Amino acid sequence: MMARMPEASPNAVFVARGLTKVYRMGEVEVQALRGIDLTLYRGELVVLLGPSGSGKSTLLNILGGLDAPSGGEVYYLDHKLTGASEIELTRFRREHVGFVFQFYNLIPSLTARENVAAVTEIAESPMRPEEALGLVGLGNRLDHFPAQLSGGEQQRVAIARAVAKNPAVLLCDEPTGALDSATGVVVLEVLEKVNRELGTLTVLITHNAGIADMADRVIRLSDGRIADIHENAVKKPACELAW
Amino acid sequence: MKALDRKLFRDLWHLRGQVLAIAAVIMGGVATMVMSLSTYDSLVSTRDRFYSEYRLADVFASLKRAPEPVAERLAEIPGVERLETRVKAGVKLEVAGFSDPITGQILSLPDVGEAQLNRLYFKRGRTVQPWSTDEVVLSDTFADAHHLQPGDTLAAIIHGKRKTLTVVGVAVSPEYVYQIAPGAMFPDFKRYGVLWMGRNALATAYDMKGAFNQVSLTLARDANEQDVIDRVDAILADSGGTGAYGRKDQFSNRFLSEELKQLRTMATVFPAIFLGVAAFLLNVVLSRLIALQREQIAILKAFGYSYAAIGAHYVKMVLLMVLLGVAAGVALGTWFGQGLSHVYSETTFRFPYLDYRLQPGTVLIALAVSALAAVSGTLVSVMRAVRLPPAEGMRPEMPTRYRTSLVERLGLQRWLAAPSRMILRHIGRRPLKSLLTVLGIACACGLMMVGNYQKGAIDFMVDVQFRQASREDLALAFIDPTSGRALHELAALPGVDFVEGYRDVPAILRFGQYRHRAALFGIQPEGRLHRSLDSRLKPVAVPPGGVVLTDYLANDILHVKPGDMLTVEVLEGSRPVRQVPVLGITRQYLGVSAYMQKESVNALMREGNTVTGAYLAVEPGSEAELYARLHDRPRVLGMVANKTAVQSFYATIGEFILFYNLVATVLAGAIGFGVVYNSARIALSERGRELASLRVLGFTRGEIAYILLGELALLTLAAIPVGFLVGVGLVGILVVAFQSELYRLPLILTPENYAMGASVVIVSALLSGLLLWQRLGRLDLVAVLKTRE
Repeated sequence: MMARMPEASPNAVFVARGLTKVYRMGEVEVQALRGIDLTLYRGELVVLLGPSGSGKSTLLNILGGLDAPSGGEVYYLDHKLTGASEIELTRFRREHVGFVFQFYNLIPSLTARENVAAVTEIAESPMRPEEALGLVGLGNRLDHFPAQLSGGEQQRVAIARAVAKNPAVLLCDEPTGALDSATGVVVLEVLEKVNRELGTLTVLITHNAGIADMADRVIRLSDGRIADIHENAVKKPACELAW
Repeated sequence: MKALDRKLFRDLWHLRGQVLAIAAVIMGGVATMVMSLSTYDSLVSTRDRFYSEYRLADVFASLKRAPEPVAERLAEIPGVERLETRVKAGVKLEVAGFSDPITGQILSLPDVGEAQLNRLYFKRGRTVQPWSTDEVVLSDTFADAHHLQPGDTLAAIIHGKRKTLTVVGVAVSPEYVYQIAPGAMFPDFKRYGVLWMGRNALATAYDMKGAFNQVSLTLARDANEQDVIDRVDAILADSGGTGAYGRKDQFSNRFLSEELKQLRTMATVFPAIFLGVAAFLLNVVLSRLIALQREQIAILKAFGYSYAAIGAHYVKMVLLMVLLGVAAGVALGTWFGQGLSHVYSETTFRFPYLDYRLQPGTVLIALAVSALAAVSGTLVSVMRAVRLPPAEGMRPEMPTRYRTSLVERLGLQRWLAAPSRMILRHIGRRPLKSLLTVLGIACACGLMMVGNYQKGAIDFMVDVQFRQASREDLALAFIDPTSGRALHELAALPGVDFVEGYRDVPAILRFGQYRHRAALFGIQPEGRLHRSLDSRLKPVAVPPGGVVLTDYLANDILHVKPGDMLTVEVLEGSRPVRQVPVLGITRQYLGVSAYMQKESVNALMREGNTVTGAYLAVEPGSEAELYARLHDRPRVLGMVANKTAVQSFYATIGEFILFYNLVATVLAGAIGFGVVYNSARIALSERGRELASLRVLGFTRGEIAYILLGELALLTLAAIPVGFLVGVGLVGILVVAFQSELYRLPLILTPENYAMGASVVIVSALLSGLLLWQRLGRLDLVAVLKTRE
């Protein structure tokens, strides 16, 4: 998996070149990505914006090592992800990537602390679960099971779980999609805080344009292509967002 | 086809692995039932047809000797329809190239015309020529055992004289469907044979010219059997009659009836156990399977489908699985049933033909039981799902409430990593479901133990019978009651280590309304060879003056206990009727017996030191010479060597047991695998999302497999000891159900039984684990994040 990254910018975390993805849905071929060139940098907060079917989830899954592109190349630091084996990808996710999902995907049989511990137990230099939960403001709900937490709290546990291993990247797929806006703002504040305090490259998918204002960069996808990349001169704090 | 029906077939196709596993469970239960019941029905129908086509008599009587005119008086008894007299002779036989003692019986065939009763079915050759002097017809068992064909010869010692006989035919008789030498425990086709000869030739050789010693008759439709028997006995009393008896006491028919009764029990108990367990498993598995369809049910409701339509949809779905299983079970059961019927008719019963029949009722019952179990399991789940408001059903299920497990509350959590805690909490969260899974797997283990139980039990029975109770090498019978001095002559023969005499008399034992026709055995009170055993299988002396009965004879046939007075009607000599106290109960697994001290029987008969036979301990290696010398003694009639008896027993039933074990193993294995695989698959469906999330978080396949398979392993391990208990319980039911006059099964389970039971579970679990491991490799990580449950 060791390889030279084509563009040796010292701050580049992900470099994607000519990414295409074709899904076969039975008889029909769906072009999910039609040639993406993209570089993501250390410490950025990037929002991937686009309507459903624009390819943003596919792109995120490829970056996270959950899916392989049909064409093109992806590099993570000096690792080439394209062509890596399943075992290598598992190790990549385990060591470098934190995921936050729309439906939280907590383990119902484990408490908040244990959900985080499930990940820290297999990580190399994690923070303590309590610390991670403190970071997301749940230091007082350590021993609650998911069933005892609200949706927003569950999502914050999921964020704590994602960041506890000190990942280089945090990939969030519609993290506020299942939440009302007030709760969603609380979750975004947590993401903002993590990004600021830990300097983790955070990629956030949404189809909600209102969220884009909190990003360093906004990448707009449309029909499998990058339609527009926009840098926010002034980032709006999450607490000021509304939708 | 309606959309819902299309969904039905797609769902079935999608679930095909589980559908097949469920069908396998049903197949196991149904096949056992179809096999057993069809075999029973076939044998009963074959027996009835054979009896009526070949005119088996209704009443039989043996006597010492009566001149032929007595027959006319017998025929005049009201209620007698047809009557035929015969000559019957006990003989010793010699077949070239076979040195063991062979005993047999020769029956007369009329010289003029065909036999009126107990006719022969000829498999090969022909009947004897009228007035022929040396032609015989052989029973097919004996002919087959020695490969004798029409045209071959053999010798018989009839009444002390050696006579060479020519085989002209090989036949089967309704009177000898079950052939077993008098006094023997098991059939031995090589050492016991039935032959038929022309009446004149046999009477000449046996000194019965113008006389008969056997009579059989059929009854008119409205005749009273007991009246006729009493009148026959009255007429034959002066001719040494030993008591007329009806079909139910006829030797072959009695054994056949007992065997069929056993088979009937087997046809009820085994399928009840198998089908019952299968139904239980079906119920458990299906209710979990349907519970997984919660969201789909909610969507159907949202579309506006009625409860009934949704219920019908799922009922149809499980009925298709049931139909598949029943069809496979009927096919397999029929195949096994034909095999089993043939094994029976090869090894135990001799019928000229076999009417294999499968009653439609059998299939209907199998279908009804399976369908009921399946549908009830389904409806409970469907009802639960249907009761939810559609919107709630479609929402992701709230995370289920978990709590810390007992192990952790005991403070052991620091030994457990998160995956282990997940296993324990998952089991603890739905204890009932976990318990049902454990029970289901345990049932599979128990079934396997039942299926394999017989071999060990039979070994144990044989060991008790031949190493503890009947320890003689050779049992021999004299032609007539003989002076006890004959024992000294036997003891003096070379090769004889030790001799014990016995005196047996045919008798009817009565207590209240209960009666039993049996031999009363007078043995040495503290015999070294032939002993009676107490309930702990320790030898005990037979006390003087009274009778000791086999436990089954005392408890289940005569309903007597020690201290009761038994009425003994002796069927020999002056036919005394005496009151005899019951002094004890003896444990015996094979057959039933009534024992007294030999001297007590002599006293009962008002005779001196008289014996009817002897038990011999023989020096190893000297058997052949001893057999030859005994063979030459005219007063020695029958000889049964224990070693060869046991060998022939195993040869006879070995095939049967092998067949049965194979069938039981296959069926229990199918059920076992069906349960374990389904439990595992359902666990995967229930937790697929959770496991995929963990995979996304960077867990390896091995690590998530540990969570899923660890639970399966834990439940499987817990199920094994429970399965042993289930097995012991099921075998207990079997033991009680199978008690009969022929044998009682001991509640003995060997280490192999336990090993077989455990291994079906373990092998099924390993196989299921392997299949699951492959599935875990194909988990769709992306899809699982997009979908809710």
